[in-house]
Amino acid sequence: MNRSEASARSILTGVLERQQTAIAERWVQVQMERGEVGGGLAEDELREEADALVAALSSGLAGDLPVERVVAQHRQLHDAVTDLSMRRARAGTSPTATSLAVLSLKEALLACVAEESLDTRGSLAVARVVNRLVDAAGALSFETYVEGREEIIRRQNRQLMELSTPVVQLWREILAVPLIGNLDTARSQVVMENLLEAIQEHEAAVAIIDITGVPTVDTSVAQHLMQTVKAVRLMGADCVISGIRPGIAQTIVQLGIDLSGIQTRATLADALETAMGLTGQRAPYAPEHP
Amino acid sequence: MSPYREGARARVSTVPILRLGDVLVTGLLGELDDSSALALAEELTARIAQDGARGVLLDISRVDIIDSFVARALMELSTMAQLLGARVIVAGMRPPVAITLVELGIELTGVETALNAEEGMASLGWRQSDALPAEPRA
Repeated sequence: MNRSEASARSILTGVLERQQTAIAERWVQVQMERGEVGGGLAEDELREEADALVAALSSGLAGDLPVERVVAQHRQLHDAVTDLSMRRARAGTSPTATSLAVLSLKEALLACVAEESLDTRGSLAVARVVNRLVDAAGALSFETYVEGREEIIRRQNRQLMELSTPVVQLWREILAVPLIGNLDTARSQVVMENLLEAIQEHEAAVAIIDITGVPTVDTSVAQHLMQTVKAVRLMGADCVISGIRPGIAQTIVQLGIDLSGIQTRATLADALETAMGLTGQRAPYAPEHP
Repeated sequence: MSPYREGARARVSTVPILRLGDVLVTGLLGELDDSSALALAEELTARIAQDGARGVLLDISRVDIIDSFVARALMELSTMAQLLGARVIVAGMRPPVAITLVELGIELTGVETALNAEEGMASLGWRQSDALPAEPRA
């Protein structure tokens, strides 16, 4: 068993060394034929990938690591597989297509091995080695692909967090935070920090929190709003909440949330008028009510 | 109060208390420990009574941490001052301090706050003189 595996490995190593370009070429063709390449990967990119991976595979097999651990522990091979799947994760290829693409290397390898004159027993042993190798590579590529996707999600989350909590100065001494999307603990923390920093920086007297873009207000959202208002008051500024739609007003009352300590207005314009009154400034003209 | 009241009064706080007309102005530096918070409250109430002050401005813009004990001391100070007929204004609380207080669920009920010492003095009835530019920061 062991001897046959060792000889199968040396046959495979020999094939890889002699037919490196042919294998890579065949692999690219298999991938193109099956149409598993989506997401704007050009043929020469594929060829480059294939060359790198087959070269790495060849040098990995030539080393003395056991077959099961070649993929995980041979640095060059490991990097080639992770590079490939990372690139596809970013290009938006589906996970199935990515792992199938790696697994189709099996076919290319076996086709080249079939050209050697081997007996049945010998080709079976080689096929087993190929199987183990490429399966390990497939598993690794899947894992890397998922990691790549998660990294994208994390990055988008961070960007969303920064984008969604801008503090703008509306008037002298008046700041506004237009909140968009659901208000969870992490976001309300960011909102609170940004708002308080801005109050200190602009020496603002009134902060308007506009919740027009907040889809629903439940007890936890109300809790976060109350906390923010309290913190603003501790800083010595006042707070007005605007953008309360009729539906939200109904929910707030039905849930029994007490917002009586907070000034609330229906629209940002009303809130701005109130804020100007609080700071002792007069609006150039009052907003028209039809 | 404790029978060692005289002894406690001897342990005066290290911050100066200035009198501007009928307003007492003082500030806190860095971390405030329990005993100096109590000493400050005691000294301030004594000064309010002695000087007949109508307002107290307490600047905390250099304070990094306010724990529940100090927060309580501030609330008590404010109530004591109200009993003596003076308003206490706590000015210049930093954002991290405000966030911590809110997260600890401490509301400084009855304590008036102001953005900075200037605003605090303004709400105690002190106005800038007309000789100065009206909006220095505009």
